Amino acid sequence: MRSRGGYSPSRAERGLIAAPGYPAPVVFESLTSRLGAVFERLRGRGRLSEADVEAALREVRLALLEADVNVGVTRSFLERVRARAVGAEVAGSLTPGQQVVKIVHDELVTTLGRETAPLAPARVLPQRILMVGLQGSGKTTTAAKLAWRLKSAGKHPLLVAADLQRPAAVDQLEALGARAGVPVHADRATTPPRLAKAAVKRAGELGCDVVIVDTAGRLQIDEVLMAELAAVRRAVEPDEVLLVVDAMTGQDAVNVARGFLERTDLTGLIFSKLDGDARGGAAISAREVTGRPIKFVGVGEGLDGLEVFHPERMASRLLGMGDVLTLIEKAEAAWDREQAEAAAEKMLRAAFTFEDFLDQLQQVRRMGSLGQLLGMLPGAASALGTAEPSDEALSRAEAIIRSMTPSERRAPKLIDGSRRRRIAAGSGTSPQQVNELLRQFGESQRMMKAFAEGRSPLPGLALPGRRAQKMTPKVTPRVASKAAPKVKKKR
Amino acid sequence: MLLVVLIVVAVAVALAVAAFLLWRRRRPRVTDVRRDAPTVPAAAAGGLASGLAPTRRALGERLAGLFGGRLDAAFWTGLEEALLAADVGVAAAVGIVERVRAAGPPDAAAARAALRRELAGVFAGRDRSLALRGEPAVIVVVGVNGSGKTTTIAKLAAQLQQRGLPALLAAADTFRAAATEQLGVWAGRLGLEMVAGQQGGDPAAVAFDALQRARARGKEVVVVDTAGRLHSKRNLMEELGKVVRVLGRDGGEVGEVLLVLDGTTGQNGIAQARAFTAAVGVTGIVLTKLDGTARGGIAVAVERELGIPVKLVGVGERVEDLLPFDPEAFVDALLGGS
Ligand SMILES: Nc1nc2c(ncn2[C@@H]2O[C@H](COP(=O)(O)OP(=O)(O)OP(=O)(O)O)[C@@H](O)[C@H]2O)c(=O)[nH]1
Ligand SMILES: Nc1nc2c(ncn2[C@@H]2O[C@H](COP(=O)(O)OP(=O)(O)O)[C@@H](O)[C@H]2O)c(=O)[nH]1
Ligand SMILES: [Mg+2]
Ligand SMILES: [Mg+2]
Repeated sequence: MRSRGGYSPSRAERGLIAAPGYPAPVVFESLTSRLGAVFERLRGRGRLSEADVEAALREVRLALLEADVNVGVTRSFLERVRARAVGAEVAGSLTPGQQVVKIVHDELVTTLGRETAPLAPARVLPQRILMVGLQGSGKTTTAAKLAWRLKSAGKHPLLVAADLQRPAAVDQLEALGARAGVPVHADRATTPPRLAKAAVKRAGELGCDVVIVDTAGRLQIDEVLMAELAAVRRAVEPDEVLLVVDAMTGQDAVNVARGFLERTDLTGLIFSKLDGDARGGAAISAREVTGRPIKFVGVGEGLDGLEVFHPERMASRLLGMGDVLTLIEKAEAAWDREQAEAAAEKMLRAAFTFEDFLDQLQQVRRMGSLGQLLGMLPGAASALGTAEPSDEALSRAEAIIRSMTPSERRAPKLIDGSRRRRIAAGSGTSPQQVNELLRQFGESQRMMKAFAEGRSPLPGLALPGRRAQKMTPKVTPRVASKAAPKVKKKR
Repeated sequence: MLLVVLIVVAVAVALAVAAFLLWRRRRPRVTDVRRDAPTVPAAAAGGLASGLAPTRRALGERLAGLFGGRLDAAFWTGLEEALLAADVGVAAAVGIVERVRAAGPPDAAAARAALRRELAGVFAGRDRSLALRGEPAVIVVVGVNGSGKTTTIAKLAAQLQQRGLPALLAAADTFRAAATEQLGVWAGRLGLEMVAGQQGGDPAAVAFDALQRARARGKEVVVVDTAGRLHSKRNLMEELGKVVRVLGRDGGEVGEVLLVLDGTTGQNGIAQARAFTAAVGVTGIVLTKLDGTARGGIAVAVERELGIPVKLVGVGERVEDLLPFDPEAFVDALLGGS
């Protein structure tokens, strides 16, 4: 029974929450901007002193906690950062704040596992993969995505519907299997361990070389169901036991991960629902307490919504900054300041032409591959969905624009049917592709307008610079420009 | 299609750099939807307390250690960390501890009482009863993927049925594989009628069909299941808006829009509550999976910042595992009882 501990709310106490001046919600700022404030007075020092580091770590702690990194994990993480940061030399091009961010970022990447981890190979065929996790974490969907992925890679997977608990769980997997073109082994009238065992045998008969077993969601403290899961594990002798964790999970991720590690000998982690805007601190927590690699992340509900895990991207996301530091460095190295400023201004006036686009395209090229750059923008990957940009397609766009006359580049409206055919012929593309580019260019002008009006041009795409405002003068002393006051006046 | 991406990417990268040049701060928009109302006494507390047992133990152990000692810096940090470890979040944890500290409690026991008061104060003064308004009364259940919407509907329908209100269930999750079958299994078990549509069909059409059917049959309550969706996906939120709008047509009235929050959710829960409220006017929250080790502290943050009342809690997978939210029991459980 519940004990009240002698407390019963009075009217006066109820009034507390409505009291004026109640603290406003803290809005997450990127760590870079927070540290910018901390280090305001510390420009140009050679080494990070203990006091500097302490001040910075207070901010780092808050950033990690807001990102849902577990309290205990945060503590040990900060210990490691402290050890690395005190006395560290501030690299020539960086401010002390940036130096700390860099150390934090590096340590995050190290914690997350530096390398991408491939699936363990089969010890005996068929290869066996067991999906485990809490209720609703994404096991079934992930099992199907994985099957689809392996099938695309030339394997012959078999999905096994060993969730006999949740209503219509078998139907769900069967539907997904049909969609993926992967056979599903099901039997509603048996027990999960028996089913799993039979499935491995069946795989041999069907000529399948991978078996993926979906299991019912369960709480790690549910003795009965955890014992059942252990039995399934023994029956399957899996090469991989993958814990699927919802990226929105909070502090409890450590308990869940530990619980499943103890009972099922996890071999890897998968984080689902990263297409949302959760920072995903649970990834650090679970990774730290299990020591198991994160193998994949879920980025959508469709079969193609599974990606190989990239520690760098995750670290950046956790800090809410995209890989801003790298982006700054690259931008500074490659960007022609004058040109970028002019382009930015044009964008805001929606007077951006194909000429400018071509210039920008070349600058983007100098900064690295598109995929790389995209990974550095917080939220960009998810905002763009699964359509990975290719440098080859970028070249095609460039070819089309190069086949336009200067006047066409400045006024795309000029481009009629015959011009379109000419451009297509000149660039080795089809008139449809030219059309598409024109349409999309119109679209992007609309987005620029949105940007000028202070909205993010893509849903879910946070513009790092707008958060990091305090750092401005220090981050990009050479680029911090006259553009800013102009914009302010507009508003 | 690739070109689409291309342009977007090139522009996005250019914009990012432009953003560095422009450094402007976007003012946070605070959606204040607080709607305080007279307290309605909550019921069935014993069940909640037992469902919350793990919460109590875990946090209780921490606090037991804390409350033994003196009120030094470590004490206050420990207090803050205990709240953080329950997913209360930085803003709420810091704010709450600050207020307790400011009250100047003489000793640990007094600090503890003040903390309890502070937490209870967050939940005080909100109507947590379900609004069964409209003919028929309409309850729409929304939330992110996998939070427990469909199961909650089964539980809720079972309880309504026990009170002589057999609800009509609307399977308006036309998206997820076998979502209709899942609700159908529950409808079958409970002996309730369900209206469904085509896989991939228009969810608003299913909802409207159900409403029409309920009218024709003189049903008093319609409960609408919706597909899980991440609140950051604009098109999906618009789709949801349409479902709710359609239900308000022809003199219809949506009495409750219940947001199902997974009890293991961290700070993202606030963004969820904010976005779903902006899109469809959430009237209450269902906090699920409190039978696990998660403590559901996100409820503190959500009520404190947005003022949306938690109305129900889920403490298991069976239909009887849905309880009215009892703030006192919840706070007691969060603090580990005494
Ligand atoms: N332990 C526990 N499990 C729950 C609770 N509520 C729901 N579940 C389980 O969580 C899983 C997901 O629940 P659903 O009701 O299917 O969730 P949903 O929000 O409808 O999911 P989608 O429609 O896929 O977005 C199922 O396995 C449920 O049995 C709860 O209070 N406690
Ligand atoms: N947006 C999004 N939704 C996902 C992802 N993975 C799973 N889901 C959804 O989350 C919900 C629960 O997934 P499911 O596979 O049924 O979880 P299970 O209970 O662990 O088997 C479903 O609505 C899925 O469509 C993901 O990566 N992104
Ligand atoms: Mg499942
Ligand atoms: Mg559902």
